[in-house]
Amino acid sequence: MTRHTLSVLVEDKPGVLARVAGLFSRRGFNIESLAVGRTEYPDISRMTIVVSVDELPLEQVTKQLNKLINVIKIVELEPTASVQRQLVLIKVRADATVRSQVLETVQLFRAKVVDVSPEAVTIEATGTSEKLDALLRMLEPYGLREIVQSGMVAIGRGARSITATAVR
Amino acid sequence: MVFGIPGGTILPAYDPLLDSTKVRHILVRHEQGAGHAATGYAQATGKVGVCMATSGPGATNLVTPLADANMDSVPVVAITGQQSRPLIGTDAFQEADICGITMPITKHNVLVTDAAEIPRAIAEAFHIAATGRPGPVLVDIPKDVLQEQTSFSWPPEMRLPGYRPTTRPHGKQVREAAKLIVAARKPVLYVGGGVIKADAHAELLRLAEDTGIPVVTTLMARGAFPDSHDQHLGMPGMHGTVAAVAAMQKSDLLVALGARFDDRVTGQLGSFAPDAQIIHADIDPAEISKNRRADVPIVGDCKEIITELIEAVRTERETAKAVDLSPWWETLKSLRETFPLGYDWPEDGTLSPQFVIERIGALSPSDTIYTAGVGQHQMWAAQFVKYEHPRTWINSGGLGTMGFAVPAAMGIKAGEPDRTVWAIDGDGCFQMTNQELATCAIEGLPVKIAVINNGNLGMVRQWQTLFYGERYSNTDLGTHKHRIPDFKLLAEALGCVGLRAESQAEVDEVIQKALEINDRPVVIDFVVGKDAQVWPMVAAGTGNSEIMAARGIRPLFDEDI
Repeated sequence: MTRHTLSVLVEDKPGVLARVAGLFSRRGFNIESLAVGRTEYPDISRMTIVVSVDELPLEQVTKQLNKLINVIKIVELEPTASVQRQLVLIKVRADATVRSQVLETVQLFRAKVVDVSPEAVTIEATGTSEKLDALLRMLEPYGLREIVQSGMVAIGRGARSITATAVR
Repeated sequence: MVFGIPGGTILPAYDPLLDSTKVRHILVRHEQGAGHAATGYAQATGKVGVCMATSGPGATNLVTPLADANMDSVPVVAITGQQSRPLIGTDAFQEADICGITMPITKHNVLVTDAAEIPRAIAEAFHIAATGRPGPVLVDIPKDVLQEQTSFSWPPEMRLPGYRPTTRPHGKQVREAAKLIVAARKPVLYVGGGVIKADAHAELLRLAEDTGIPVVTTLMARGAFPDSHDQHLGMPGMHGTVAAVAAMQKSDLLVALGARFDDRVTGQLGSFAPDAQIIHADIDPAEISKNRRADVPIVGDCKEIITELIEAVRTERETAKAVDLSPWWETLKSLRETFPLGYDWPEDGTLSPQFVIERIGALSPSDTIYTAGVGQHQMWAAQFVKYEHPRTWINSGGLGTMGFAVPAAMGIKAGEPDRTVWAIDGDGCFQMTNQELATCAIEGLPVKIAVINNGNLGMVRQWQTLFYGERYSNTDLGTHKHRIPDFKLLAEALGCVGLRAESQAEVDEVIQKALEINDRPVVIDFVVGKDAQVWPMVAAGTGNSEIMAARGIRPLFDEDI
């Protein structure tokens, strides 16, 4: 099984997320990550869905997704031809004895400290899931108190826009 | 034509119906009946069937017919009332999230939250139901939305940016398909229900006669190609003819037209038609290569595809060397002659169900429309009635909904009032939905019901005989033992004529009598033997080459032909 990133343009209507999510679960696919948000068009939303699935079932689920009336367009984004980003907020234990080491790690990953208290710092980091996994591995020895992670968002490289061709 | 039952939240929509001269509403006895009637109406006429129900239980009673229509791609619009907007989500009286419930079993559904949107929602529902691959669409309208005042203009502008079904086939794919067709030595036209839905039966006949290729018609496609035609091998699949199943297994090219490689047709997928290349033509791209990889996929409307195929094959023929199909036909004809459809009379002297069904088909006019429930009687009706025209065989193929026949017959008769409508039903199925006979009697819909009464859930019993060591767990309905219910008396109680036949000698007589009655529905209780079985059969989970022509009789498939 390989990991695929799908960009799905949908009409911004109630229940669309349930339709899409329901379709994946009905056909036995596990969604690894899902992010929904607005686009440059007021009535179109964009979902970025990451699934681990073989090529053939992926083709089937894409076709089934396309059959949903509210789904306008589906594009698979190749990792090499797109920019893929996730956001993570990490609360890590960091008292005076280790704080400088933690901050060094933050620097190395070009992450940011967004909150600080005597016992802990909260770190904000963006990147590919691989980079964020690496950051988490580095911070783990200090004690991860709380993690919250967003779904992956992705956009194709170059000047072309997938939304422009979808709106006629 | 609308089939439905009013209730609290749909009342505002029902009130103006009282004054309507254009819309005929048929008040059914159960919402499931409304749904199947809409399906029967749609399948018989080719138009969209409509059913209507109130919120909560009214709407949930539509779930089975909507799932049924979804599996069989039938254009149906369901309009349901919903609790008023401020009450949605509060577990209010008769509240059910019917959009959520029917999401996986409809082509589309929508909750209308603004009265101004009602015309557009309804127009879009009919458009979506009828175009592309047809299917059911549900429109859920809260009561307070139905009560609002709004301005009305028709037709409304439809806004469906994500809905653009492909109907024109790709020229290159059609030419590619024509090349394979002309070169094939053992081709088969594998015809599905899509051919009937696309009204492409005339084109199919031309393609078949132009090419001389054998035709098989699936359960959903019976009538798409005349049974009397010499090129017709019959129905493929679990209870198909030996010739049809063998033709597909041995084929080097399957031309699938509006068919979906259902498991009941393919048997064990891995051993299905091992040497065949596949041309798969369907309006739904998601069907292509879903179960069996297509070598030449063609997305489009079957009528347009077949029309273009006919031309492309003619063009291709001008240059290609003609292939002689006569060795292929020799094989198939010998199979057809060795293993014709047939049945034995029960040894215990009881009436043969197959004989009853065969006689109904033989004595009824040729434009008669037949429907059926689900089970043995359905398979026999598909096998032993001869279908010459499209839309004369309407059944529940995909979902396999017991109880389909009576309400479907009601909808068929409503859509085709001048034609004879037979529901061939089983005693199990009949007891699920026979209350709609009261509707038929009151609304002037004189359908004819043949209850093939073997006193048992016959198909389940057949499996118990074959696969569960003759242990008959919960399949005896007692309709023989106790004569409960007495179908003749039940029919009369429901305002129908009740007849009964228990011996071979009575069969033609009661059928004739039923055919002569046209002012009321007729129910015939055919008391038949319980041990008759449906043959041929490919046991579930086995390959099609394991087909048994009758119990213990397996055609010698391994011989190279």
